[in-house]
Amino acid sequence: MIVVEDLHKHFGGFHAVDGASLSFAEGAITGLIGPNGAGKTTLFNVIAGVHKPTSGRVTMAGEDITGLPPHDLFHKGVLRTFQVAHEFHSMSCRENLMMVPGGQSGERLWNTWFGRKRIAEEERALRAKADEVLDFLTIGHLADQKAGQISGGQKKLLELGRTMMVDARIVFLDEVGAGVNRTLLNVIGDAIIRLNKERGYTFVVIEHDMDFIARLCDPVICMAEGRVLAAGTLDQIKANEQVIEAYLGTGLKNREKVGA
Amino acid sequence: MDLLNAFVSLANYVLIPGIAYGSQLALGALGVTLVYGILRFSNFAHGDTMAFGAMITVLMTWWLQSLGVSLGPLPTALLALPFGIAGCILLLLATDRAVYHFYREKKAKPVILAIVSLGVMFIMNGIVRFIIGPDDQRFLDGERFLISAGDFKKMTGLEEGLAIKTTQVITVITAIIVVSLLFWFLNRTRSGKSMRAYSDNEDLALLSGINPERVVMLTWVIVGALATVAGVLYGLDKSFKPFTYFQLLLPIFASAIVGGLGSPVGAIAGGFVIAFSEVTITYAWKKVLGYMMPDSLAPDGLVQLLSTDYKFAVSFAILLIVLLFKPTGLFKGQSV
Repeated sequence: MIVVEDLHKHFGGFHAVDGASLSFAEGAITGLIGPNGAGKTTLFNVIAGVHKPTSGRVTMAGEDITGLPPHDLFHKGVLRTFQVAHEFHSMSCRENLMMVPGGQSGERLWNTWFGRKRIAEEERALRAKADEVLDFLTIGHLADQKAGQISGGQKKLLELGRTMMVDARIVFLDEVGAGVNRTLLNVIGDAIIRLNKERGYTFVVIEHDMDFIARLCDPVICMAEGRVLAAGTLDQIKANEQVIEAYLGTGLKNREKVGA
Repeated sequence: MDLLNAFVSLANYVLIPGIAYGSQLALGALGVTLVYGILRFSNFAHGDTMAFGAMITVLMTWWLQSLGVSLGPLPTALLALPFGIAGCILLLLATDRAVYHFYREKKAKPVILAIVSLGVMFIMNGIVRFIIGPDDQRFLDGERFLISAGDFKKMTGLEEGLAIKTTQVITVITAIIVVSLLFWFLNRTRSGKSMRAYSDNEDLALLSGINPERVVMLTWVIVGALATVAGVLYGLDKSFKPFTYFQLLLPIFASAIVGGLGSPVGAIAGGFVIAFSEVTITYAWKKVLGYMMPDSLAPDGLVQLLSTDYKFAVSFAILLIVLLFKPTGLFKGQSV
Protein backbone atom coordinates (compact mmCIF):
# COMPACT_ATOMS: atom_id res chain seq x y z
CA MET A 1 0.00 0.00 0.00
CA ILE A 2 2.78 2.38 0.96
CA VAL A 3 5.99 1.94 -0.92
CA VAL A 4 9.17 3.67 0.17
CA GLU A 5 11.95 3.84 -2.40
CA ASP A 6 15.56 4.59 -1.59
CA LEU A 7 14.71 7.11 1.10
CA HIS A 8 17.43 9.31 2.55
CA LYS A 9 17.09 11.77 5.41
CA HIS A 10 20.20 13.60 6.53
CA PHE A 11 20.45 15.95 9.47
CA GLY A 12 23.64 17.82 8.70
CA GLY A 13 26.25 15.11 8.40
CA PHE A 14 24.16 12.53 10.21
CA HIS A 15 22.34 10.05 7.97
CA ALA A 16 19.29 9.07 10.02
CA VAL A 17 17.68 7.23 7.14
CA ASP A 18 20.20 6.06 4.63
CA GLY A 19 18.66 4.49 1.58
CA ALA A 20 15.73 2.62 3.06
CA SER A 21 13.47 0.78 0.61
CA LEU A 22 10.47 -1.06 1.98
CA SER A 23 6.77 -1.51 1.55
CA PHE A 24 3.81 -1.93 3.87
CA ALA A 25 1.14 -4.28 2.60
CA GLU A 26 -2.54 -3.33 2.72
CA GLY A 27 -4.47 -4.88 5.58
CA ALA A 28 -1.37 -6.13 7.38
CA ILE A 29 0.01 -5.20 10.79
CA THR A 30 3.65 -4.69 9.97
CA GLY A 31 6.15 -4.62 12.81
CA LEU A 32 9.15 -2.31 12.54
CA ILE A 33 11.97 -3.26 14.85
CA GLY A 34 15.60 -2.34 15.21
CA PRO A 35 18.09 -0.95 17.69
CA ASN A 36 17.75 2.60 19.03
CA GLY A 37 18.94 5.07 16.43
CA ALA A 38 18.13 2.74 13.55
CA GLY A 39 16.05 5.47 11.94
CA LYS A 40 12.61 4.01 12.63
CA THR A 41 11.05 7.14 14.04
CA THR A 42 12.72 9.32 11.43
CA LEU A 43 11.28 7.05 8.76
CA PHE A 44 7.83 7.57 10.33
CA ASN A 45 8.38 11.30 10.47
CA VAL A 46 9.34 11.45 6.81
CA ILE A 47 6.39 9.34 5.69
CA ALA A 48 3.99 11.32 7.90
CA GLY A 49 5.24 14.63 6.52
CA VAL A 50 6.95 16.01 9.62
CA HIS A 51 10.30 16.05 7.82
CA LYS A 52 10.93 16.45 4.13
CA PRO A 53 13.19 13.67 2.84
CA THR A 54 16.64 14.54 1.53
CA SER A 55 15.95 12.25 -1.40
CA GLY A 56 13.77 9.28 -2.28
CA ARG A 57 10.10 8.69 -2.89
CA VAL A 58 7.06 7.64 -0.89
CA THR A 59 3.97 6.47 -2.72
CA MET A 60 0.60 5.33 -1.48
CA ALA A 61 -1.43 3.13 -3.80
CA GLY A 62 0.62 4.50 -6.67
CA GLU A 63 0.13 8.15 -5.70
CA ASP A 64 3.24 10.17 -4.86
CA ILE A 65 2.88 11.50 -1.31
CA THR A 66 6.51 12.47 -0.72
CA GLY A 67 6.87 15.51 1.51
CA LEU A 68 3.18 16.38 1.77
CA PRO A 69 2.38 18.36 4.95
CA PRO A 70 0.83 16.35 7.81
CA HIS A 71 -2.65 17.82 7.55
CA ASP A 72 -2.90 16.88 3.89
CA LEU A 73 -1.75 13.35 4.66
CA PHE A 74 -4.34 13.20 7.40
CA HIS A 75 -7.07 13.82 4.87
CA LYS A 76 -5.65 11.02 2.73
CA GLY A 77 -6.02 8.64 5.68
CA VAL A 78 -2.40 8.53 6.84
CA LEU A 79 -2.29 8.83 10.63
CA ARG A 80 0.39 8.42 13.24
CA THR A 81 0.94 8.44 16.97
CA PHE A 82 3.99 9.63 18.87
CA GLN A 83 6.63 7.79 20.84
CA VAL A 84 5.88 10.08 23.77
CA ALA A 85 2.11 10.50 23.84
CA HIS A 86 0.89 13.91 22.68
CA GLU A 87 -2.38 15.42 23.82
CA PHE A 88 -4.15 18.77 23.93
CA HIS A 89 -3.55 19.14 27.65
CA SER A 90 -6.00 21.92 28.35
CA MET A 91 -8.94 20.04 26.85
CA SER A 92 -10.97 17.12 28.13
CA CYS A 93 -10.43 13.65 26.67
CA ARG A 94 -13.69 13.92 24.80
CA GLU A 95 -12.72 17.29 23.32
CA ASN A 96 -9.37 15.83 22.37
CA LEU A 97 -11.08 13.23 20.24
CA MET A 98 -13.56 15.74 18.89
CA MET A 99 -10.70 17.82 17.48
CA VAL A 100 -10.37 15.04 14.91
CA PRO A 101 -11.01 15.29 12.02
CA GLY A 102 -9.66 18.66 11.03
CA GLY A 103 -11.49 20.64 8.38
CA GLN A 104 -14.93 20.50 10.03
CA SER A 105 -17.38 23.15 8.86
CA GLY A 106 -17.10 24.89 12.24
CA GLU A 107 -13.54 25.83 11.40
CA ARG A 108 -14.69 28.46 8.97
CA LEU A 109 -15.36 31.84 10.50
CA TRP A 110 -18.40 32.31 8.32
CA ASN A 111 -20.05 29.17 9.64
CA THR A 112 -19.22 30.08 13.22
CA TRP A 113 -21.75 32.89 12.90
CA PHE A 114 -24.07 31.80 10.13
CA GLY A 115 -23.92 28.01 10.03
CA ARG A 116 -24.76 27.27 13.63
CA LYS A 117 -27.24 24.52 12.90
CA ARG A 118 -24.93 22.53 10.69
CA ILE A 119 -22.14 22.81 13.25
CA ALA A 120 -24.43 21.70 16.06
CA GLU A 121 -25.41 18.59 14.12
CA GLU A 122 -21.82 17.79 13.29
CA GLU A 123 -20.79 18.25 16.91
CA ARG A 124 -23.54 15.95 18.11
CA ALA A 125 -22.42 13.19 15.79
CA LEU A 126 -18.78 13.71 16.77
CA ARG A 127 -19.65 13.65 20.44
CA ALA A 128 -21.48 10.35 20.12
CA LYS A 129 -18.59 8.92 18.18
CA ALA A 130 -16.03 10.17 20.70
CA ASP A 131 -17.95 8.56 23.56
CA GLU A 132 -18.18 5.33 21.64
CA VAL A 133 -14.44 5.34 21.01
CA LEU A 134 -13.66 6.10 24.66
CA ASP A 135 -15.85 3.19 25.74
CA PHE A 136 -14.22 0.90 23.20
CA LEU A 137 -10.85 1.77 24.69
CA THR A 138 -12.13 1.20 28.26
CA ILE A 139 -11.52 4.83 29.24
CA GLY A 140 -15.14 6.02 29.03
CA HIS A 141 -14.99 7.22 32.63
CA LEU A 142 -12.25 9.72 31.70
CA ALA A 143 -14.33 11.56 29.10
CA ASP A 144 -14.58 14.81 31.05
CA GLN A 145 -11.12 14.62 32.58
CA LYS A 146 -8.47 17.08 31.32
CA ALA A 147 -6.19 15.13 29.00
CA GLY A 148 -3.12 16.66 30.65
CA GLN A 149 -4.04 14.91 33.90
CA ILE A 150 -4.49 11.28 32.82
CA SER A 151 -1.73 8.69 33.09
CA GLY A 152 0.86 8.01 30.42
CA GLY A 153 -0.73 4.70 29.46
CA GLN A 154 -4.16 6.27 29.18
CA LYS A 155 -2.69 8.96 26.94
CA LYS A 156 -1.45 6.19 24.66
CA LEU A 157 -4.99 4.84 24.49
CA LEU A 158 -6.27 8.32 23.75
CA GLU A 159 -3.77 8.58 20.89
CA LEU A 160 -5.06 5.32 19.49
CA GLY A 161 -8.57 6.68 19.94
CA ARG A 162 -7.73 9.64 17.78
CA THR A 163 -7.04 7.32 14.85
CA MET A 164 -10.48 5.78 15.35
CA MET A 165 -12.33 9.05 14.91
CA VAL A 166 -11.87 8.90 11.16
CA ASP A 167 -11.64 6.13 8.62
CA ALA A 168 -7.92 5.83 8.51
CA ARG A 169 -6.26 3.82 5.79
CA ILE A 170 -2.90 3.38 7.41
CA VAL A 171 -1.86 4.10 10.99
CA PHE A 172 1.72 4.43 12.15
CA LEU A 173 2.11 3.59 15.84
CA ASP A 174 5.37 4.72 17.38
CA GLU A 175 6.04 2.56 20.45
CA VAL A 176 2.48 2.36 21.67
CA GLY A 177 3.68 -0.01 24.37
CA ALA A 178 6.47 2.13 25.83
CA GLY A 179 5.90 2.75 29.53
CA VAL A 180 2.56 0.96 29.50
CA ASN A 181 1.78 -1.87 31.95
CA ARG A 182 0.88 -5.37 30.80
CA THR A 183 -2.87 -5.12 31.28
CA LEU A 184 -3.12 -1.86 29.41
CA LEU A 185 -0.79 -3.21 26.73
CA ASN A 186 -3.22 -6.07 26.18
CA VAL A 187 -6.08 -3.61 25.86
CA ILE A 188 -4.08 -1.70 23.24
CA GLY A 189 -3.18 -4.94 21.47
CA ASP A 190 -6.84 -6.03 21.40
CA ALA A 191 -7.89 -2.66 20.05
CA ILE A 192 -5.31 -2.83 17.27
CA ILE A 193 -6.35 -6.32 16.24
CA ARG A 194 -10.03 -5.40 16.26
CA LEU A 195 -9.44 -2.27 14.21
CA ASN A 196 -7.43 -4.29 11.76
CA LYS A 197 -10.01 -7.08 11.44
CA GLU A 198 -13.25 -5.11 11.70
CA ARG A 199 -12.35 -1.86 10.02
CA GLY A 200 -9.55 -2.98 7.76
CA TYR A 201 -6.98 -0.53 9.11
CA THR A 202 -3.44 -1.12 7.97
CA PHE A 203 -0.96 -0.73 10.82
CA VAL A 204 2.76 -0.18 11.04
CA VAL A 205 4.02 -0.65 14.58
CA ILE A 206 7.38 0.35 16.01
CA GLU A 207 7.89 -1.72 19.12
CA HIS A 208 10.65 -3.17 21.28
CA ASP A 209 8.48 -5.66 23.14
CA MET A 210 8.97 -8.95 21.30
CA ASP A 211 5.90 -10.61 22.84
CA PHE A 212 3.76 -7.74 21.63
CA ILE A 213 5.30 -8.00 18.15
CA ALA A 214 4.82 -11.75 18.13
CA ARG A 215 1.17 -11.38 19.05
CA LEU A 216 0.30 -8.71 16.48
CA CYS A 217 2.70 -8.41 13.64
CA ASP A 218 3.19 -10.20 10.43
CA PRO A 219 5.40 -9.38 8.58
CA VAL A 220 8.21 -7.84 10.58
CA ILE A 221 10.83 -5.49 9.16
CA CYS A 222 14.13 -4.96 10.94
CA MET A 223 16.06 -1.72 10.42
CA ALA A 224 19.60 -0.81 11.43
CA GLU A 225 21.71 2.23 10.64
CA GLY A 226 19.04 3.80 8.48
CA ARG A 227 18.62 0.78 6.22
CA VAL A 228 16.39 -2.27 6.06
CA LEU A 229 18.26 -5.28 7.38
CA ALA A 230 15.67 -7.95 6.82
CA ALA A 231 11.96 -8.49 6.28
CA GLY A 232 9.79 -11.53 6.81
CA THR A 233 7.89 -13.36 9.53
CA LEU A 234 9.09 -12.88 13.08
CA ASP A 235 10.65 -16.34 13.13
CA GLN A 236 12.59 -15.64 9.95
CA ILE A 237 13.76 -12.36 11.40
CA LYS A 238 14.81 -14.00 14.64
CA ALA A 239 16.82 -16.54 12.72
CA ASN A 240 18.57 -13.94 10.58
CA GLU A 241 22.24 -13.75 11.52
CA GLN A 242 22.57 -10.03 10.72
CA VAL A 243 19.54 -9.13 12.82
CA ILE A 244 20.82 -11.14 15.74
CA GLU A 245 24.10 -9.35 15.58
CA ALA A 246 22.69 -5.85 15.17
CA TYR A 247 19.65 -5.96 17.41
CA LEU A 248 18.60 -9.06 19.22
CA GLY A 249 22.11 -9.71 20.53
CA THR A 250 23.57 -12.98 21.58
CA GLY A 251 21.62 -12.99 24.81
CA LEU A 252 18.37 -13.68 23.10
CA LYS A 253 19.94 -16.29 20.88
CA ASN A 254 21.19 -18.17 23.90
CA ARG A 255 17.87 -17.90 25.65
CA GLU A 256 16.12 -19.30 22.62
CA LYS A 257 18.48 -22.22 22.64
CA VAL A 258 17.81 -22.89 26.28
CA GLY A 259 14.10 -22.65 25.61
CA ALA A 260 14.36 -25.09 22.78
CA MET B 1 -18.76 62.11 55.61
CA ASP B 2 -15.02 62.36 55.51
CA LEU B 3 -14.65 58.68 54.74
CA LEU B 4 -17.17 59.05 51.96
CA ASN B 5 -15.22 62.01 50.59
CA ALA B 6 -12.05 59.97 50.78
CA PHE B 7 -13.68 57.15 48.85
CA VAL B 8 -15.10 59.45 46.18
CA SER B 9 -11.73 61.07 45.74
CA LEU B 10 -10.10 57.66 45.48
CA ALA B 11 -12.69 56.51 42.97
CA ASN B 12 -12.26 59.65 40.93
CA TYR B 13 -8.50 59.56 40.64
CA VAL B 14 -7.60 55.89 41.09
CA LEU B 15 -10.42 53.40 40.68
CA ILE B 16 -12.16 54.70 37.59
CA PRO B 17 -9.05 55.70 35.61
CA GLY B 18 -7.45 52.43 36.73
CA ILE B 19 -10.33 50.33 35.49
CA ALA B 20 -10.40 52.14 32.14
CA TYR B 21 -6.62 51.96 31.67
CA GLY B 22 -6.64 48.33 32.84
CA SER B 23 -9.25 47.43 30.22
CA GLN B 24 -7.17 49.06 27.50
CA LEU B 25 -4.03 47.24 28.62
CA ALA B 26 -5.95 43.96 28.90
CA LEU B 27 -7.18 44.23 25.31
CA GLY B 28 -3.68 45.02 24.11
CA ALA B 29 -2.15 42.21 26.15
CA LEU B 30 -4.71 39.74 24.80
CA GLY B 31 -3.40 40.41 21.30
CA VAL B 32 0.20 39.90 22.39
CA THR B 33 -0.64 36.75 24.28
CA LEU B 34 -2.57 35.23 21.38
CA VAL B 35 0.32 35.81 18.99
CA TYR B 36 2.71 34.34 21.54
CA GLY B 37 0.55 31.31 22.29
CA ILE B 38 -0.39 30.44 18.74
CA LEU B 39 2.26 31.87 16.44
CA ARG B 40 4.90 31.47 19.12
CA PHE B 41 6.77 34.75 19.07
CA SER B 42 6.80 38.06 20.92
CA ASN B 43 5.19 40.52 18.58
CA PHE B 44 6.90 43.85 19.14
CA ALA B 45 4.87 45.37 16.33
CA HIS B 46 1.71 45.14 18.43
CA GLY B 47 1.84 48.72 19.71
CA ASP B 48 2.12 50.08 16.20
CA THR B 49 -0.55 47.68 14.98
CA MET B 50 -2.82 49.38 17.50
CA ALA B 51 -1.70 52.75 16.18
CA PHE B 52 -2.48 51.71 12.61
CA GLY B 53 -5.96 50.44 13.42
CA ALA B 54 -6.64 53.56 15.46
CA MET B 55 -5.34 55.75 12.64
CA ILE B 56 -7.75 54.27 10.11
CA THR B 57 -10.53 54.79 12.63
CA VAL B 58 -9.48 58.42 13.16
CA LEU B 59 -9.45 59.08 9.41
CA MET B 60 -12.86 57.46 8.98
CA THR B 61 -14.20 59.44 11.95
CA TRP B 62 -13.09 62.69 10.34
CA TRP B 63 -14.69 61.71 7.10
CA LEU B 64 -17.97 60.78 8.82
CA GLN B 65 -17.86 64.02 10.79
CA SER B 66 -17.36 66.00 7.59
CA LEU B 67 -20.49 64.30 6.21
CA GLY B 68 -22.34 65.42 9.30
CA VAL B 69 -22.86 61.90 10.62
CA SER B 70 -22.94 61.68 14.38
CA LEU B 71 -24.01 59.28 17.09
CA GLY B 72 -25.43 61.98 19.32
CA PRO B 73 -23.90 61.71 22.78
CA LEU B 74 -21.63 58.84 21.73
CA PRO B 75 -18.37 59.44 19.86
CA THR B 76 -18.60 59.03 16.08
CA ALA B 77 -15.46 56.90 16.32
CA LEU B 78 -17.64 53.95 17.33
CA LEU B 79 -19.19 54.05 13.86
CA ALA B 80 -15.77 54.20 12.26
CA LEU B 81 -14.41 51.35 14.38
CA PRO B 82 -15.46 48.50 12.06
CA PHE B 83 -13.56 50.16 9.20
CA GLY B 84 -10.51 50.51 11.41
CA ILE B 85 -10.74 46.84 12.33
CA ALA B 86 -11.07 45.80 8.70
CA GLY B 87 -8.11 47.97 7.66
CA CYS B 88 -5.96 46.65 10.47
CA ILE B 89 -6.80 43.03 9.65
CA LEU B 90 -5.92 43.61 6.01
CA LEU B 91 -2.58 45.10 7.02
CA LEU B 92 -1.82 42.16 9.32
CA LEU B 93 -2.77 39.57 6.72
CA ALA B 94 -0.64 41.34 4.12
CA THR B 95 2.27 41.51 6.55
CA ASP B 96 1.87 37.82 7.28
CA ARG B 97 1.91 36.95 3.57
CA ALA B 98 4.86 39.18 2.85
CA VAL B 99 7.00 38.61 5.93
CA TYR B 100 6.04 36.07 8.59
CA HIS B 101 4.95 33.38 6.12
CA PHE B 102 8.48 33.16 4.77
CA TYR B 103 9.97 32.59 8.21
CA ARG B 104 7.26 30.12 9.19
CA GLU B 105 8.04 28.00 6.14
CA LYS B 106 11.66 27.99 7.22
CA LYS B 107 10.59 27.03 10.73
CA ALA B 108 12.54 30.00 12.08
CA LYS B 109 13.23 30.15 15.81
CA PRO B 110 10.96 32.38 17.94
CA VAL B 111 13.81 34.77 18.66
CA ILE B 112 14.29 35.37 14.93
CA LEU B 113 10.58 36.04 14.52
CA ALA B 114 10.71 38.47 17.45
CA ILE B 115 13.47 40.42 15.72
CA VAL B 116 11.54 40.29 12.46
CA SER B 117 8.54 41.77 14.28
CA LEU B 118 10.81 44.57 15.43
CA GLY B 119 11.46 45.37 11.78
CA VAL B 120 7.75 45.21 11.03
CA MET B 121 7.23 47.59 13.94
CA PHE B 122 9.52 50.22 12.41
CA ILE B 123 7.77 49.95 9.07
CA MET B 124 4.28 50.29 10.59
CA ASN B 125 5.64 53.13 12.67
CA GLY B 126 6.74 54.88 9.50
CA ILE B 127 3.50 54.20 7.63
CA VAL B 128 1.39 55.70 10.42
CA ARG B 129 3.57 58.81 10.72
CA PHE B 130 3.67 59.17 6.95
CA ILE B 131 -0.10 59.13 6.67
CA ILE B 132 -1.29 61.01 9.73
CA GLY B 133 1.84 62.72 11.05
CA PRO B 134 3.51 62.43 14.44
CA ASP B 135 1.29 64.94 16.23
CA ASP B 136 -1.59 64.65 18.61
CA GLN B 137 -4.93 64.21 16.83
CA ARG B 138 -8.35 64.94 18.22
CA PHE B 139 -11.22 62.81 17.03
CA LEU B 140 -13.43 62.69 20.10
CA ASP B 141 -16.88 64.21 19.88
CA GLY B 142 -20.22 63.67 21.61
CA GLU B 143 -20.93 64.11 25.27
CA ARG B 144 -17.69 64.43 27.27
CA PHE B 145 -18.99 63.44 30.68
CA LEU B 146 -21.57 60.98 31.87
CA ILE B 147 -21.42 62.68 35.27
CA SER B 148 -19.28 65.77 35.72
CA ALA B 149 -17.62 66.65 39.01
CA GLY B 150 -19.88 69.69 39.47
CA ASP B 151 -23.10 67.74 38.94
CA PHE B 152 -21.94 65.06 41.30
CA LYS B 153 -21.24 67.57 44.04
CA LYS B 154 -24.65 69.15 43.58
CA MET B 155 -26.35 65.75 43.57
CA THR B 156 -24.70 64.40 46.69
CA GLY B 157 -23.65 67.51 48.57
CA LEU B 158 -20.20 66.05 49.04
CA GLU B 159 -17.07 68.17 48.97
CA GLU B 160 -15.38 65.88 46.49
CA GLY B 161 -16.60 65.51 42.94
CA LEU B 162 -16.72 62.31 40.94
CA ALA B 163 -16.34 62.72 37.21
CA ILE B 164 -17.09 59.81 34.93
CA LYS B 165 -16.04 60.38 31.34
CA THR B 166 -18.15 58.91 28.55
CA THR B 167 -15.01 57.36 27.11
CA GLN B 168 -14.29 55.54 30.36
CA VAL B 169 -17.73 53.99 30.38
CA ILE B 170 -17.43 53.10 26.70
CA THR B 171 -14.02 51.59 27.32
CA VAL B 172 -15.24 49.31 30.07
CA ILE B 173 -18.41 48.24 28.29
CA THR B 174 -16.61 47.58 25.01
CA ALA B 175 -13.88 45.65 26.80
CA ILE B 176 -16.45 43.45 28.54
CA ILE B 177 -18.24 42.75 25.25
CA VAL B 178 -15.04 42.04 23.34
CA VAL B 179 -13.57 39.81 26.03
CA SER B 180 -16.77 37.78 26.43
CA LEU B 181 -16.95 37.34 22.66
CA LEU B 182 -13.33 36.23 22.58
CA PHE B 183 -13.79 33.69 25.36
CA TRP B 184 -16.96 32.36 23.85
CA PHE B 185 -15.09 32.02 20.58
CA LEU B 186 -12.05 30.27 22.06
CA ASN B 187 -13.96 27.89 24.31
CA ARG B 188 -17.18 27.16 22.52
CA THR B 189 -16.59 27.29 18.80
CA ARG B 190 -14.81 24.80 16.68
CA SER B 191 -12.55 27.49 15.16
CA GLY B 192 -11.55 28.68 18.60
CA LYS B 193 -10.87 25.15 19.72
CA SER B 194 -8.66 24.51 16.74
CA MET B 195 -6.69 27.61 17.73
CA ARG B 196 -6.34 26.32 21.28
CA ALA B 197 -5.39 22.89 19.99
CA TYR B 198 -2.71 24.45 17.81
CA SER B 199 -1.45 26.40 20.80
CA ASP B 200 -1.45 23.32 23.08
CA ASN B 201 0.37 21.01 20.71
CA GLU B 202 1.26 22.08 17.22
CA ASP B 203 2.45 18.67 15.98
CA LEU B 204 -0.65 16.92 17.15
CA ALA B 205 -2.91 19.60 15.69
CA LEU B 206 -1.29 19.10 12.29
CA LEU B 207 -1.69 15.35 12.59
CA SER B 208 -5.35 15.82 13.44
CA GLY B 209 -5.77 17.45 10.06
CA ILE B 210 -5.97 21.05 11.29
CA ASN B 211 -4.76 23.37 8.57
CA PRO B 212 -2.05 25.54 10.14
CA GLU B 213 -2.45 28.39 7.64
CA ARG B 214 -6.11 28.72 8.54
CA VAL B 215 -5.28 28.89 12.24
CA VAL B 216 -2.64 31.53 11.56
CA MET B 217 -5.08 33.58 9.49
CA LEU B 218 -7.74 33.34 12.15
CA THR B 219 -5.26 34.48 14.77
CA TRP B 220 -4.33 37.58 12.78
CA VAL B 221 -7.99 38.42 12.22
CA ILE B 222 -8.68 38.30 15.95
CA VAL B 223 -5.46 40.08 16.86
CA GLY B 224 -6.25 42.84 14.35
CA ALA B 225 -9.69 43.35 15.86
CA LEU B 226 -8.36 43.36 19.43
CA ALA B 227 -5.52 45.75 18.58
CA THR B 228 -7.80 48.23 16.84
CA VAL B 229 -10.36 48.21 19.62
CA ALA B 230 -7.62 48.69 22.23
CA GLY B 231 -5.98 51.44 20.19
CA VAL B 232 -9.19 53.34 19.56
CA LEU B 233 -10.33 53.12 23.18
CA TYR B 234 -6.97 54.39 24.37
CA GLY B 235 -7.05 57.17 21.79
CA LEU B 236 -10.55 58.24 22.80
CA ASP B 237 -9.73 58.18 26.48
CA LYS B 238 -6.38 59.98 26.25
CA SER B 239 -5.49 61.18 22.76
CA PHE B 240 -4.24 59.74 19.51
CA LYS B 241 -0.51 60.18 19.08
CA PRO B 242 1.57 57.57 17.26
CA PHE B 243 4.44 57.71 19.76
CA THR B 244 2.25 56.89 22.77
CA TYR B 245 1.35 53.56 21.19
CA PHE B 246 4.98 52.67 20.90
CA GLN B 247 5.36 53.56 24.58
CA LEU B 248 2.35 51.41 25.46
CA LEU B 249 4.30 48.37 24.30
CA LEU B 250 6.07 48.08 27.64
CA PRO B 251 3.02 48.03 29.93
CA ILE B 252 1.25 45.75 27.44
CA PHE B 253 4.09 43.24 27.40
CA ALA B 254 4.39 43.54 31.15
CA SER B 255 0.66 42.72 31.46
CA ALA B 256 0.93 39.70 29.18
CA ILE B 257 3.99 38.36 30.97
CA VAL B 258 2.68 39.05 34.49
CA GLY B 259 -0.49 37.16 33.61
CA GLY B 260 1.42 34.35 31.92
CA LEU B 261 2.26 34.52 28.22
CA GLY B 262 -0.18 32.52 26.15
CA SER B 263 -2.94 32.66 28.75
CA PRO B 264 -5.89 34.92 27.81
CA VAL B 265 -7.24 35.06 31.38
CA GLY B 266 -3.76 35.97 32.52
CA ALA B 267 -3.54 38.83 30.02
CA ILE B 268 -6.68 40.40 31.47
CA ALA B 269 -5.56 39.95 35.07
CA GLY B 270 -2.11 41.25 34.15
CA GLY B 271 -3.61 44.32 32.48
CA PHE B 272 -5.40 45.32 35.66
CA VAL B 273 -2.44 44.52 37.91
CA ILE B 274 -0.19 46.79 35.86
CA ALA B 275 -2.78 49.54 35.47
CA PHE B 276 -3.58 49.72 39.17
CA SER B 277 0.05 49.56 40.20
CA GLU B 278 0.87 52.41 37.85
CA VAL B 279 -2.03 54.55 38.97
CA THR B 280 -1.72 53.93 42.71
CA ILE B 281 2.02 54.39 42.83
CA THR B 282 1.99 57.63 40.86
CA TYR B 283 -1.11 59.03 42.61
CA ALA B 284 -0.76 61.82 45.17
CA TRP B 285 -2.48 60.44 48.25
CA LYS B 286 -2.53 63.73 50.17
CA LYS B 287 -6.26 64.35 49.72
CA VAL B 288 -7.46 60.85 50.53
CA LEU B 289 -5.24 60.61 53.59
CA GLY B 290 -6.27 64.08 54.64
CA TYR B 291 -9.90 62.98 54.75
CA MET B 292 -9.17 59.76 56.56
CA MET B 293 -6.80 61.03 59.25
CA PRO B 294 -7.34 63.49 62.08
CA ASP B 295 -6.25 67.01 61.16
CA SER B 296 -3.14 66.82 63.29
CA LEU B 297 -1.92 63.81 61.32
CA ALA B 298 -2.86 65.07 57.87
CA PRO B 299 0.18 64.89 55.59
CA ASP B 300 1.90 68.05 54.41
CA GLY B 301 3.54 66.60 51.33
CA LEU B 302 1.82 65.14 48.29
CA VAL B 303 2.37 61.52 49.42
CA GLN B 304 3.13 60.56 45.88
CA LEU B 305 5.40 57.52 45.76
CA LEU B 306 6.71 58.17 42.25
CA SER B 307 6.32 61.07 39.87
CA THR B 308 4.11 60.26 36.87
CA ASP B 309 7.20 60.64 34.69
CA TYR B 310 8.29 57.30 36.09
CA LYS B 311 5.09 55.41 35.40
CA PHE B 312 6.80 53.13 32.91
CA ALA B 313 9.34 52.22 35.56
CA VAL B 314 6.46 50.68 37.51
CA SER B 315 5.58 48.18 34.80
CA PHE B 316 9.25 47.48 34.33
CA ALA B 317 9.78 46.78 38.02
CA ILE B 318 6.76 44.47 38.17
CA LEU B 319 7.97 42.72 35.04
CA LEU B 320 11.36 42.07 36.64
CA ILE B 321 9.86 40.82 39.89
CA VAL B 322 7.56 38.41 38.07
CA LEU B 323 10.33 37.12 35.82
CA LEU B 324 12.55 36.53 38.85
CA PHE B 325 10.05 34.81 41.12
CA LYS B 326 7.34 33.39 38.89
CA PRO B 327 8.57 33.23 35.29
CA THR B 328 5.39 31.54 34.06
CA GLY B 329 3.24 34.38 35.37
CA LEU B 330 0.14 34.38 37.53
CA PHE B 331 -1.84 32.02 35.32
CA LYS B 332 0.79 29.51 34.27
CA GLY B 333 1.56 30.60 30.75
CA GLN B 334 4.61 29.43 28.84
CA SER B 335 7.81 30.62 30.47
CA VAL B 336 9.69 33.26 28.54
